[in-house]
Amino acid sequence: MIEVTGLTKRFGPKVAVDDLSFSVKKGEVLGFLGPNGAGKSTTMRMVTGFLPVTAGKIEISGVSMIDKPREAKKKIGYLPESAPLYNDMTVQSFLKFCASMRGLGGVERRAAVERSIETCFLENVARQSIGTLSKGYRHRTCLAQSLLHDPEVLVLDEPTDGLDPNQKLEVRKLIKNLGKEKSILFSTHILEEVTAACTRAVIVDRGVIVADGTPTELEAEGGGSLYDLFHKVTTFETPAA
Amino acid sequence: MNTWTIFKRELNSYFTQPTAYAVIVIFGFLSILFTFTLGNFWAINDASLHGSFFRYHPLLLMILVPAVSMRQWADEHYTGTIELLGTFPVNLGSAILGKFLASALIWALALALTFPMVITVNWLGDPDNWTIFSGYLGSFLVCCTFLAITTLVSSFTRDQVVALITSVMICCLLTICGWDIVINEIRRSGSDAAVDILTNLGIFSHFFQATSGLISMTSLLYFLGLIVVCLVGTNLVLKSQRA
Repeated sequence: MIEVTGLTKRFGPKVAVDDLSFSVKKGEVLGFLGPNGAGKSTTMRMVTGFLPVTAGKIEISGVSMIDKPREAKKKIGYLPESAPLYNDMTVQSFLKFCASMRGLGGVERRAAVERSIETCFLENVARQSIGTLSKGYRHRTCLAQSLLHDPEVLVLDEPTDGLDPNQKLEVRKLIKNLGKEKSILFSTHILEEVTAACTRAVIVDRGVIVADGTPTELEAEGGGSLYDLFHKVTTFETPAA
Repeated sequence: MNTWTIFKRELNSYFTQPTAYAVIVIFGFLSILFTFTLGNFWAINDASLHGSFFRYHPLLLMILVPAVSMRQWADEHYTGTIELLGTFPVNLGSAILGKFLASALIWALALALTFPMVITVNWLGDPDNWTIFSGYLGSFLVCCTFLAITTLVSSFTRDQVVALITSVMICCLLTICGWDIVINEIRRSGSDAAVDILTNLGIFSHFFQATSGLISMTSLLYFLGLIVVCLVGTNLVLKSQRA
């Protein structure tokens, strides 16, 4: 599970994330909503240990990301926003590389790579060079990377961005399925995804949580529409992250 | 373990793209071309390779080494893969070392493949092969030093061209500030202290000791010191960029 308390990040004088607290329990899928520049990616980068925090606590299944980052990172699978990949590798060799970096070896590694390829429907492109893949496949390759070590916690930064409607549906289904056994934190711009995949959602604006609840609760708060709630609680002009 | 994983990935990437082959061919061709033209191999009548073959290595390496390694960290920033590396449960230092060692191996290979020169001088004359070996070691240390400088510079930027130009500039300064033409010019103006500082700071004096068969402790410390400082610096830069 993820436990975040009083999380704050400042870049110079600019406050990107301001005293944010939330938790994601096992079996929960938390949708992280908010306009561009609201601090979603910054929060996720801190939760995954990529960015150091200015203040606050992050615990991943009881292990502090700040005091024991290496231990905590072992428990997380992360899909960064731009789905970064090494273009000169094939899908299979990239996944093998990531599995090795996660400390897997031998039979275990081969099994993990095969399982991830299967889960993310990558069989057709497994031996293809990443540089030649379409955006959808690239995204799924990066998603596969996050599942290799069967982590307890998944942090997915806009996992459906750039996918076609069919792929979006598949990924949402996948997230929902994975969410039964894991704690998932995922960010999105697409409000339908909240009702389709999340058990709970928070809306973040200017680094602060402005709404929190189950999809039904949030819809009720917005008078029957998530869109109305989103318009009501978020600001139009936010500075770039 | 992780250093080994990164090392293998980098090495693979050098050979799946034309980089490694280009380095080996271009360096081999130019170093031999320089030996017979600028190096006056036939006129010098010296089988040690000191004045003809090795002499021009720093000049070649100050451009070729940054060209090969400019992408090392700049590309990680540009494609965002640094975010993957930063969230794996590994020490960033092992990634820096793995990348560095892979490039160093490519250069060791490029140097080793100039072996026909060694066969040639052994066939033509009777050189001291230990001196030649020491020259190769000196060349390799220059490679590693320039490589470490490029590693540090590429950690600052996401733009490979900026990384290339800046690294070439720094390597070029280190090379020419100890070059005899520059040193003689300064000596003529009468400043002995400046001559001393520049000679010790530049690559050439340390490199020439090696090519004439002597790798002194000072030279070894000079090369290794620069390498360690640059690699530790890379670690600090990469860490501070995320703060």
